[in-house]
Amino acid sequence: MIELSKVRKSFEGRLVLDGVSLALDRGETFVIIGMSGTGKTVTLKHVAGLLDPDEGDVLIGGVKMNGAADDVKERLRMKMGIVFQSGALINWLTVFDNVALPLVERRLLPDADIEEIVDEKLRLLGLSEAKHKMPGELSGGMKKRVCLARVLVRNPEIILYDEPTAGLDPVMSRTINNLIRQMKKDFGVTSMVVTHDMHSAYDIADRIAMLYNGSIIQCDVPEKIRDSDNPIVRQFVRGMVEGPIAVD
Amino acid sequence: MKGLADIASFLGRSILHILDFSGYTILLFFRSLRYLPNVVRRRHEIARQMFNAGARTFGVITVVSLFTGMILTLQTGIALKDYGMEENIGNIVIATLTREMGPFSAAIILIASIGSAMAAELGTMKVSEEMDALQVMSIHPEDYLVMPRVVALTVMLPVATIYVNTLGVIGGAVIAESHLGVSFQTFYLHVLESLWFKATYVGLFKAFVFGMAISSISCAHGLRAENGARGVGRATRNSVVASFLVVLIVGYFITDIFFREGL
Repeated sequence: MIELSKVRKSFEGRLVLDGVSLALDRGETFVIIGMSGTGKTVTLKHVAGLLDPDEGDVLIGGVKMNGAADDVKERLRMKMGIVFQSGALINWLTVFDNVALPLVERRLLPDADIEEIVDEKLRLLGLSEAKHKMPGELSGGMKKRVCLARVLVRNPEIILYDEPTAGLDPVMSRTINNLIRQMKKDFGVTSMVVTHDMHSAYDIADRIAMLYNGSIIQCDVPEKIRDSDNPIVRQFVRGMVEGPIAVD
Repeated sequence: MKGLADIASFLGRSILHILDFSGYTILLFFRSLRYLPNVVRRRHEIARQMFNAGARTFGVITVVSLFTGMILTLQTGIALKDYGMEENIGNIVIATLTREMGPFSAAIILIASIGSAMAAELGTMKVSEEMDALQVMSIHPEDYLVMPRVVALTVMLPVATIYVNTLGVIGGAVIAESHLGVSFQTFYLHVLESLWFKATYVGLFKAFVFGMAISSISCAHGLRAENGARGVGRATRNSVVASFLVVLIVGYFITDIFFREGL
């Protein structure tokens, strides 16, 4: 469903992704872990076609995303949604209008249907009370949930999550994890999740990949990642201060 | 020798950057025009932007316009008085306002208050991933964000210019009467005598072009902001400087084209 082949990406001479290759099957939940600044979000943005690789290819459902014409990118993006780390809400729209935005813009449904869909997603994420609030009145966690609701109203085949549980309380983190699993079970959604939260990673992942110095150093099922022999992976997943990962 | 090479390299990079940015801004403007058929659909956003450009600058435009007319009348009137020609002050005030000062003053105020706000708003959206979110939802920023701003400012700048001209004349009339001894009636008779159709429409045309230029430049700087809050600040400052320079340069060329001798 998603394939990255030998993707290299630099920013102002700094190599961020150094030949990253990975492939996600349809309906798989794939988690990317790694230190801050190792290119996890950059990887996600390549999948969404927001960044083009310097070398290598990104394929979505067998169609090349990088370098594709705008209409091809648009068609591929119709299949996907991103839950941004910051929420990325439009600050002059209410919570309701933010969630309704992709449906309103697509103009395929009557207003009453849009209202019903939006209300349902807001209820699902415990946001009914915040329906008329502005983004500035929401906590970081609420913004993220609104962003998730905005993704869910489009029923995407692929959902990309950038730190979906960061800044959330344990109950809400578990709710989001359950939702990711439910999306996979009920609708066969393919998910790519970037996170530091190992509890979440073990909870939702079919496979986990660790990104280190721009490369995938291990990609395996959660059990094998938990018991990894790789000292870098072991240090990271156990959160140990001592080890090969230098903390500058 | 190395110093010269560095200077040449710096100049070369700067010129390339200016050309790159100018090209991007022009392309952005034309891309936003592609979405003009969506004007009715975007009416709420256009109205919001027009409200920003009108109501939020009303106070400052009022003060600037009145004082522009007053200063113009006082400075010119004193010189005219030496030759006993102070009664003609109305002719000079209206000609100066309609041709240059009206559109120029309105443009400067809207650059400072609205253009900078546009660059900051879009810049903040860019660095906080809202632009990425729009792209992933297949919503084009040129349609959703740029076109409403271009339309709003292109409409509002001529409106602001008419307001500046009107208040400038009123301010001038007060000073003409109080400082130069020219009655309101005489002043207005001379204003009407010189309220030349061509000067008026060229002034409004200038404002129309300024509106398109300021909004496009401000949006382009906002959409190209990067590196967090500092980047947004830089984009805002650069948008103000670039808009100001473009208004001056474009203003000159429009004057040259329309008022060149023989045309």
